[in-house]
Amino acid sequence: MTPADILEELLPGAARTWLTEARQQPLAAVFPAAARKVGRDRLGPAWTTDQAVRALLLVGAPATEVVDVYRYGDAAEKLAVLHALSVADVAEPLQDKALPIVEDAMRTNDQRLVAAALGPYATQHLPQHAFRQAVLKCVFANIPLAVVDGLPRVDQELIRMMSDFAAERSAAGREIPADLEAYLTSPS
Amino acid sequence: MRIFDPHIHMTSRTTDDYAAMAAHGVQALVEPAFWLGQPRTSVGSFVDYFDALIGWEPFRAAQYGIKHHCTIALNPKEANDPRCREVLEVLPRYLAKDGVVAVGEVGYDSMTPEEDEVFSVQLELAKQFELPVLVHTPHRDKAAGTTRTLDVVKESGLAPNLVVVDHLNEVTVKEVADSGCWMGFSIYPDTKMDPDRMVVILQQFGTERILVNSAADWGKSDPLRTYATGQAMLAAGFTDDDVDQVLWRNPVAFYGQSQRLDLEDTTPEDTFEGNSILRGIKP
Repeated sequence: MTPADILEELLPGAARTWLTEARQQPLAAVFPAAARKVGRDRLGPAWTTDQAVRALLLVGAPATEVVDVYRYGDAAEKLAVLHALSVADVAEPLQDKALPIVEDAMRTNDQRLVAAALGPYATQHLPQHAFRQAVLKCVFANIPLAVVDGLPRVDQELIRMMSDFAAERSAAGREIPADLEAYLTSPS
Repeated sequence: MRIFDPHIHMTSRTTDDYAAMAAHGVQALVEPAFWLGQPRTSVGSFVDYFDALIGWEPFRAAQYGIKHHCTIALNPKEANDPRCREVLEVLPRYLAKDGVVAVGEVGYDSMTPEEDEVFSVQLELAKQFELPVLVHTPHRDKAAGTTRTLDVVKESGLAPNLVVVDHLNEVTVKEVADSGCWMGFSIYPDTKMDPDRMVVILQQFGTERILVNSAADWGKSDPLRTYATGQAMLAAGFTDDDVDQVLWRNPVAFYGQSQRLDLEDTTPEDTFEGNSILRGIKP
């Protein structure tokens, strides 16, 4: 989990200035506008400026507002909320109240949302069956398993599901994703 | 030939259409919110539709390297159904989104008092959100509907360069040309306009302030009519630069007035198909 103060230090000066002003405004008004105000430049391997700013806007927001911002967000906003759940200062006060967001993202067919949903927050809060289904969905949707947090949660039942998936692919003469192999031989 | 289709309803189209469009040079498009074949009866249906226009459909388009933007509005036909009127209340939420580059389709269907009111309210929203407007002209009583449309636009005080009046033909083009509004033409297999008639209009009115679209939807229509019009222009002696102006630079200029058009990076990415799979995924 990334702490908010470290994320804020990554921001360019202009973005930090906008963020300071935006914090005085209603979340529902500033959250959709953030990307066109601060830009979408990459700040490092994990964050873009707009995603970082949006995550920081969610620090201290009540759960109902976080859920609403996700509910009424476009794809980029939804993605930003999911990323924000990897920021300790956003995720911890929410406890399990953001779980419906993760569950919604898992129901979509947008691989970006699915992948972003499977961060540390999902590891901590998703029930075991939902977690197994989520990981299997990644395999099914060609999302690399390297993006999935929570590998310690892989259990025998998930390995069985993956083995069955691999068998189905083999029977169809189709390729088995390379990163599935590691799971099929996992000692856990 | 690079093509920006300024009006196409991709929600109704297949992935084969996306592939064919990309193969014929379509790199960007705008999908206006409009009616579906089946009338809607509740605000919830609109909300899910709008969410698709700013979520799922741009994702689908991106897989073919096509930039997808949309316009949002309560369309004139459904404005007549009191069950749909509450849609006006959710519009501000959507007009604030990055992918929304205009208010539309607004305008007239049957020219009722309800349509008058909903049209005016939405022209005010366009001013408030500093967005251009896409105006549909009616299929029935088109000439009278176009005249009334231009009157309403003028009364609203919106600058004409922020308005495109769409689905024009030989009868309605002159009045719109004179008004200073942008002129939109939908090129269809049978109805509306065809590529050769479009060429004649371009010869008469020039290539400025003109948008050519396929308006392809759930009816008999063809997402490659923009390309066919480009070919017809070349065959009639227009230059490559003329074609580029009509099929690319004009829509960029019109929708660019929203300050929200994002045409960078039209190559497929972030869909886990290529090598960018891990980019920005795991904080």
